Amino acid sequence: MALDTDKREFKIVGTRPLRPDGIDKVTGRALYGADTTAPGMLVGRVLRSPHAHARIVSIDASAAEALQGVKAVITAADFTTANNSHSQAVLDNCMARGKAMYHGHGVAAVAAVSEAIAKQALKLIKVDYEILPHVTEIEDALKPDAPVLYPDKPAKRVPEGTPANVSHVTHFGHGDLEAGFAKADKIIERTFRTEATHQGYIEPHACLASVSPDGKGDLWCCTQGHYNVRALCADFMGMDASQLRVTASEIGGGFGGKTTVFIEPIALALSRKANKPVKLVMSREEVFKASGPTMSSVTDVKIGMTKDGRITAGYANLRYQCGAFPSGTIELGAMSAFAAYDLDAVKTDGLNVMTNRPREAAYRAPGAPTAVYPVESVVDELCQELGLDPLDVRLKNAARKGTKASYGPTFDDIGLVATLEAAKAHPHYSAPLGPNQARGVSCGFWFNFGGNTSVSLAVNVDGTVTLTEGNPDIGGSRASIGMMAAEELGIPFDKVRTLVADTASLGFNDVTDGSRVTFAVGLATIKAARDAIQKMCARVAKIWDIDPEAVVWEDGCVKPAGDNAGQYEPMSLAEIAAISVKTGGPIAGHHEVNADGAGVSFGVHLADVEVDPETGHTSVVRYTVFQDAGKAVHPAYVEGQMQGGAVQGIGWALNEEYIYGADGRLQNAGFLDYRIPVASDLPPIDTVILEIPNPGHPYGVRGVGETPIVPPLAALNNAVSRAIGVRMSALPMSPPRILKAIKG
Amino acid sequence: MVQVVIWGSLRSAVDGAVQVEVEACDFRGVLAALARDYPGLRAQIEAGVSLSIDGKIYREAWFTPVHADSEVVLMPFMVGG
Repeated sequence: MALDTDKREFKIVGTRPLRPDGIDKVTGRALYGADTTAPGMLVGRVLRSPHAHARIVSIDASAAEALQGVKAVITAADFTTANNSHSQAVLDNCMARGKAMYHGHGVAAVAAVSEAIAKQALKLIKVDYEILPHVTEIEDALKPDAPVLYPDKPAKRVPEGTPANVSHVTHFGHGDLEAGFAKADKIIERTFRTEATHQGYIEPHACLASVSPDGKGDLWCCTQGHYNVRALCADFMGMDASQLRVTASEIGGGFGGKTTVFIEPIALALSRKANKPVKLVMSREEVFKASGPTMSSVTDVKIGMTKDGRITAGYANLRYQCGAFPSGTIELGAMSAFAAYDLDAVKTDGLNVMTNRPREAAYRAPGAPTAVYPVESVVDELCQELGLDPLDVRLKNAARKGTKASYGPTFDDIGLVATLEAAKAHPHYSAPLGPNQARGVSCGFWFNFGGNTSVSLAVNVDGTVTLTEGNPDIGGSRASIGMMAAEELGIPFDKVRTLVADTASLGFNDVTDGSRVTFAVGLATIKAARDAIQKMCARVAKIWDIDPEAVVWEDGCVKPAGDNAGQYEPMSLAEIAAISVKTGGPIAGHHEVNADGAGVSFGVHLADVEVDPETGHTSVVRYTVFQDAGKAVHPAYVEGQMQGGAVQGIGWALNEEYIYGADGRLQNAGFLDYRIPVASDLPPIDTVILEIPNPGHPYGVRGVGETPIVPPLAALNNAVSRAIGVRMSALPMSPPRILKAIKG
Repeated sequence: MVQVVIWGSLRSAVDGAVQVEVEACDFRGVLAALARDYPGLRAQIEAGVSLSIDGKIYREAWFTPVHADSEVVLMPFMVGG
């Protein structure tokens, strides 16, 4: 669906109405995953492996089952075999089948009448483990003598001779690297490391499952995609999808980490066995140990540049650690690394290696931040060495319309140059810096996509509209989607209520991911509104007894198309709705689509830091985000996405890391030891929204949710490196690491 | 005939070619022709791929047309967070 060609004046899109979920969230009325209850509900708990890698010789649950108050105990044997290898990995990650693959991997679960009894029952389950050698670090997992996670299941699509723990190998690029590097006046090669981080959502995974003896099931859970939850759980339970209804709760953060399942199949299996509803809520410790953090990485980068700042060639070799199951995230990283640049010679090689860690889940622009960080850091170092302005160099090399992207396609209209120019012109870029302060710059990129979407729009007889969509609202989509409906229908925003339907009440919807919802659901909403408009026009034409072609929709009313159509008073949506039962029945519009044309997104971040040379502590003193949103439907939410991405990136760059001991056990499974930024750590995050219309959306909308987490790692790295006079190359840049770098 | 650019790690399945030519008029036809003409690509196509057609990325869009002058790039199946 292309951009509307007639230049329109928006009346609602682009304004900042009150958030429809605001009152519920600040007053505690909003129902999150753990807030749903049912009569006779049991408490579920999961027994987790204390070992990083161990064969499960036997599980004896007889003592637990005999404990009064215990209603069910389950293991992997209580599930069917999944219908494909990807789903099987999801299931095996929920509940270990034969081997515990990481510290915290679920091996059994109980449902009991109280939490105390459930906990007591877990202690009575006897698991006989045969401890196996483990590996948790990338370089160790690639060694020829590394413990092999799946000796009986070699990866299918990797070249012969690839290390046994590697699940994916990938290459992208074009041009003659050797010739490109030969043209350079300066070449820098450097190796960068990042540690695994967690999305840090405040709401732990939580669900309530109820399976009745006739095989029908209900599941309430916090998720980014309840249709995906239904598909996976129905598969694992051997149920028809139609017999399992999944309702998404309000969500307390997801950021990609709630695009899969961890506890939902367990709760369903317990409920089926106990014949009672079962609630299962992860503790924070379990969230860290057994949900899906992002990958760690090691990347070698080599970039050549001329004295006047033209990049002649770029190469990156990326190694990602994806936990104990196969992952293709490396492909997204290898495609993203150099996407911001127009290069004649560019190549990325990448691999994903499995380790005894929890299965990696998506985290905002999965794979991109860790790929862009080393590239943008070396570009900055080249600028510093050659005495060039970092924004001028990026402008000189920026991808633009017609650029052949490093991953293959030719870009259409993109906003990188406009975003860089906005950063250059902003007062932040020329503001003076104090002692021990420096400024860092980085670009960022994400693909964005659309996907499967269903929308239903009911015109109520009182002139209001109920809009039903099927994607959990993780970033303000109920507001932006309602605004697009109101814009199209010509009615006030407060006359539209947008609801997220359960899986039984609306057609299929893909997961809320890929920055897709405002784009794809918005597009479907506009089409659904136009469907309803067409029906309203037909009704009025019938009332006026003229041809449907003789009426038009303007400003929320049906009007005669011209003088020849006759003289009639315009009829508003409210007037048409009020008599709809007499003119043919209820009026509704709907649209189902697999939306394409999402349009890629670029951002530029400026970060000022001050590093205390005595302690190595970094304070972020000023931060500005510039991003192309295509069209910002509700600018406050767009700003929120930009600020949130920056904050998560600041945490990733400065403090956050999964720390494993030599025993393969996670050492810091809690927010006291895994430090995310809090408000007092941060300056106000300024935002500048650019609007370069996406040609693939009627209003020009692009996704905005993921790109903002891509630039902060390098922006912070570049700022800290300039502040201390030493190039940093490992995240997080925690005070001990910075002190070590300063002291050499 | 349509020229399809193959990403680096799949080029061993097409005798090292950067791009190959297939007879197809839409998304589905491109993938079917690639799987038929280059059996080494089948496993990847079955596991999931995207196509960039004239700069737009498509997933599972069978009836999206491609033309002789279309820029068609085979890409991994896109996911996000």
